Amino acid sequence: MTRPAGHLKAARPKLAKAPSGIQGLDEITGGGLPQGRPTLVCGAAGCGKTLLAMEFLVRGATQHGEPGVFMAFEETAEELTQNVRSLGFDLDALCRQKKLAVDFVRIERSEIEETGEYDLEGLFIRLDHAIDSIGAKRVVLDTVEALFGGLSNTLILRAEIRRLFRWLKDKGVTAIITAERGDGTLTRHGLEEYVTDCVILLDHRVDDQVSTRRLRVVKYRGSSHGTNEYPFLIDEDGISVLPITSLGLNHAVTDERVPTGVARLDAMLDGQGYYRGSTVLVSGTSGSGKSSMAAHFVDTASRRGERSLYFAFEESPGQIVRNMRSIGLDLEPWVKKGLLHFQASRSSLYGLEMHLAVMHKLVKEIEPRLVILDPINNLSRAGGTAKDVLSTLTRLVDFLKVQGITTMLTNVTTQDHVEETDSDISSLVDTWLLLRDLELNGERNRAMYVLKSRGMPHSNQIREFLLTSRGIELNDVYLGAEGVLTGSARLAQEAREKAATLKRQQEVEAKQRELERRREALEARITALRKEFEAESQELERRIVEDKARTDVARMDKVRMGISRKSEDGSGVPRAVARSRRPQEHQA
Amino acid sequence: MKRTATVAVKKVTELRSDAAVWELRLYVAGQSPKSVAAFTNLKKLCDEHLAGKYKIEVIDLVQQPQLAAGDQIVAIPTLVRKLPEPLRKIVGDLRDTERALVGLNLRPVRSEA
Repeated sequence: MTRPAGHLKAARPKLAKAPSGIQGLDEITGGGLPQGRPTLVCGAAGCGKTLLAMEFLVRGATQHGEPGVFMAFEETAEELTQNVRSLGFDLDALCRQKKLAVDFVRIERSEIEETGEYDLEGLFIRLDHAIDSIGAKRVVLDTVEALFGGLSNTLILRAEIRRLFRWLKDKGVTAIITAERGDGTLTRHGLEEYVTDCVILLDHRVDDQVSTRRLRVVKYRGSSHGTNEYPFLIDEDGISVLPITSLGLNHAVTDERVPTGVARLDAMLDGQGYYRGSTVLVSGTSGSGKSSMAAHFVDTASRRGERSLYFAFEESPGQIVRNMRSIGLDLEPWVKKGLLHFQASRSSLYGLEMHLAVMHKLVKEIEPRLVILDPINNLSRAGGTAKDVLSTLTRLVDFLKVQGITTMLTNVTTQDHVEETDSDISSLVDTWLLLRDLELNGERNRAMYVLKSRGMPHSNQIREFLLTSRGIELNDVYLGAEGVLTGSARLAQEAREKAATLKRQQEVEAKQRELERRREALEARITALRKEFEAESQELERRIVEDKARTDVARMDKVRMGISRKSEDGSGVPRAVARSRRPQEHQA
Repeated sequence: MKRTATVAVKKVTELRSDAAVWELRLYVAGQSPKSVAAFTNLKKLCDEHLAGKYKIEVIDLVQQPQLAAGDQIVAIPTLVRKLPEPLRKIVGDLRDTERALVGLNLRPVRSEA
């Protein structure tokens, strides 16, 4: 044996499995029950053994093409048919189609006397005949222990039952053998000694008057399997087992964003809203507007044509629709269009596991893009400790994340513990919006802030949160010496600021008028000066012209005088006059 | 294998015309020792206690498996008293004649037994 372990592992043939067709069970068992081998299903009375076995046969016959034989020791074929009709199983039709054979084995102790040696060959022959008549691949014996009630020789019975299981294996049928749970043992008659391949235990417990069915794979030889207790429910679709604890943290994430339905809130969350597939917690004191926040979210999703699933634990759907109308949100059309699905139930109606189971089932059915839980506090009223609630929520949140569903949880907090949640779920959530009441000046006003939002820059501002007839509005709050101002205090502050602004504006206007006035005065003076200057320059020019004229006259006089004096100068202009001209021009 | 022939007899009728009829049916599976023993024991018992007024039908379930459900046969061999009513069943090879007689209501249950 020098081969490496990995090689051995790869070479090992995988155990053949027969899919049970039961929701969730195949996931836990990694594909179904061991094919061609008997499986023991044990549990107390009324825990669903017969139903599980019957569903195994019906699903096998209808979905996997494997006919089955149901050998009933406790109920007649008619009783069985009636009992499972409510689950949508039509045994009569299946029997007619040769997909199913039901054989009722009745052993009445009072009719029977035992003398000497016997065996159960009659049972074998009946079973063999039934299997061969329809070519069955699956067999159910429910409950083989009834033989112990009808026949007294337990030595023979034990030997024969052991032979029966061996025979079933040789026959190659996948079998379910049901057995009553014993005191301290899995089965009352120790059948687990003989069926060693696969043992499934069903349980029906009542805690705090709330009952929960659970299933556990006790043993599965040659195969890995989930070892936890898984809750299961029986409803009109049969059995659903919920393998919810096996979820990992390896879900795909997306950068896609979903608007919150409140524009200002989108702005606070990096301008785009929540991440798709993230978990949003809206916590706040009673009446702080959590449901309204959820309604906005649902409304905007519906407008985009996305389906939402709203779990209401406190209010009826009608009440929610009516109440949201008061803030201008009409959810009714969305309900009618099938975009919004309400699931209203009191949380104390059933246990946590069952809540989870119901949620799972609905989510699978409706395939919503977003899920609202309003409020999660009530889940703790479904029984169980805070730890149970946390574990339930963790599983739910994980489950929804894997599906890429955006989840909004609302949580009611008390005024003293605003930044706390009932079950300490803060680490589960990606975005936490906190709504709180601010009491000031005899008023109670709402305020909101983003306590955290993973993976995005978000506003750290407190906003006043108003529920108006047009929906939620977020306003800036005023920060003063006494803290944030909201409501009428904010209005007063707004008025004061308005007055101050007005005053400043008036001052500016006055200054502008003064400036204008000064400019006008200056311009008037400039005009006056210019006019004065023009007047003076005109006077001067007039004088210059006069002077010039006078000079010309004088020159002409001199020329005439020179002519008259017979000057020797040819030009007639005496030299003295020519010289004296320059200074005159200069003067001008 | 001389006894083989004995079991293969389908019907054994020992009837006197006037008596009340005992209609007995013995379910066996093939030629197993228990089946053969049961038939032998039954025949002896009937001859001793029901001479001339019994009818035995032997049904081999190996050959006619569909007949097992009708009389709710689980164990082999099983003797069914069809008549007189009420229906009685005796499981086993009938080696304990006393118990077989009690089972057939041919003898009251004795407390000291």
